[in-house]
Amino acid sequence: MTTPLQIGFIPLIDAAALIVAVEKGFVQAEGLDVQLVREVSWSNVRDKLNIGLFDAAHILAPVPIASSLGLGHIKVPIVVPLTLNLNGNAITVSPTLHAAITTEVDGDPLDPMATAQALSRVVATRRRNGGEPLTFGMTFPFSTHNYQLRFWMAAGGIDPDEDVRLVVLPPPFMVDSIAGGQIDGFCVGAPWNSIAVDRGVGRILHFGSDIMQRAAEKVLAMRQPWAEKNPQALAALVRAIFHAAEFAEAPDNRNEVARILAKSEYIGVDASVILRTLEGRLKIAADGTIREGGQYMLLAREDASTPDPLQAAWLYAQMVRWRQTPMSLEALQAAQDVFRPDLYEAAFGRTGRPQASSKAIGAFAGPAFEPEKLDAYFAALRARAEKP
Amino acid sequence: MAAESSPKIAIVDESPIRAAILEEGLREAGFTDVVRIDEMQSLLSRIYALDPDVIVIDLENPSRDILEQMFQVSRAVRRPVAMFVDQSDAASIQASVDAGVSAYIVDGLKKERLKPILDLCISRFNAFAKLQDELDRAKSALEDRKVIERAKGILMKLKGLTEDEAYVLLRSTAMREKKKIGEIAQSILTASELLK
Repeated sequence: MTTPLQIGFIPLIDAAALIVAVEKGFVQAEGLDVQLVREVSWSNVRDKLNIGLFDAAHILAPVPIASSLGLGHIKVPIVVPLTLNLNGNAITVSPTLHAAITTEVDGDPLDPMATAQALSRVVATRRRNGGEPLTFGMTFPFSTHNYQLRFWMAAGGIDPDEDVRLVVLPPPFMVDSIAGGQIDGFCVGAPWNSIAVDRGVGRILHFGSDIMQRAAEKVLAMRQPWAEKNPQALAALVRAIFHAAEFAEAPDNRNEVARILAKSEYIGVDASVILRTLEGRLKIAADGTIREGGQYMLLAREDASTPDPLQAAWLYAQMVRWRQTPMSLEALQAAQDVFRPDLYEAAFGRTGRPQASSKAIGAFAGPAFEPEKLDAYFAALRARAEKP
Repeated sequence: MAAESSPKIAIVDESPIRAAILEEGLREAGFTDVVRIDEMQSLLSRIYALDPDVIVIDLENPSRDILEQMFQVSRAVRRPVAMFVDQSDAASIQASVDAGVSAYIVDGLKKERLKPILDLCISRFNAFAKLQDELDRAKSALEDRKVIERAKGILMKLKGLTEDEAYVLLRSTAMREKKKIGEIAQSILTASELLK
């Protein structure tokens, strides 16, 4: 007997494990009949998951936390039994802004601290000259893209709410917006950075993994009551997607996976562009400069799939830092409880405490992140920001 | 904003026909201050220029995420959105998602005033979907009729049947195979193409 499931997704390369799970028969092998539903906005994915039109969804890691806490929308308890990927974003800037940063940069341009400080000087010069503030695109208020941009800027002394404009743009609109000059840069997932590079309108300044070594990016999410009612289907889905993630990451399978993702019903862009992300070998400038990053996007490698409550705590801390919600220890705990390593381990027949313990987030600036010491964490970041 | 004046409603919809239907419905219901936005370029600044009290957007529109940032308070957001439908009313959310529309209420407007607007949007969106569906069906019925005519012609020629006999043969085959006549007719056309 097969269990029919409706799963929503947004056309991005980090839906790879989910798509491969369906296309290569991993879900069928687990007795599931999955129908993937392509969506046009994160708001739609969230709403359709929350009201039960979807059984599960490919979604931005902070969104299930926001839903569970009732931020920005109705309060619906959501659980995350699997991380679909760590990392995978990049920060891209217009050639003009890149030139300005390059002129100002003091040190290694691959060092996010050096570029953030350079950006801070560019911002200050513009202000002195009476120019409009720089505008950066990101994908959603509750997104890693928003938090990564802000983390990077703030480390350089920029107040992301005052010194620049951060605007939400749907990923497919990023490239046209930077080409049209409405934005000066953006943080988005693959393939959109590569497409901006290919069109000669953007230059990849940083990989997301330069900002944090490990950042939960997209997760598999379902309503908590659904998870409680359907433990077998949940476990089967977790196994299927994990095996698909391993398949998608194997170097021998990359060409095939790129061809699958390239289909018009999924991402609908050229397979060769998708391949760059799968290989972690990206063209970062129109002149053909290539940069490799082993940590560019992790699907199953390095224990990427296990949902890590430390990641949930970090995302909650960003919501507090950027005033999306007041600080509360209760909410911090609730946020951590959204990420469920126990459900992940149970899917593979392992019980008790998860084998894998939390791995450091590895941000390029600020103190090491410890959820038990959030006050000290915020204090250290504030002190840094107040330095002249 | 004067408390009892008609709230300003912005309709964000790339389908001009649906937006017109919605606007007409709102006007009939006494909401006189309705503006349509069909150009998604710089949506946020357009919205600020209009300064609406309620924003209605279709769910097929990727720009919906742009509106979500209006919950935030930041430099980019000058007048924040207070809520997306009524937080306490799960049924409203269900109905609006089913209909393919959502509504945002901008800070300052009393939430009771959203309900009749949202209900109206839902019913107009549903009416539009029904209309679209009927149109699609009418189109496919017309297509079917053409296909059936051609299939009859082929049967008449190949088997020496009258027009009525050809139709009876098509219909009985369709019933036996539990298919639509149009599908049987289409397979006859395909077969005759192959056998040419």
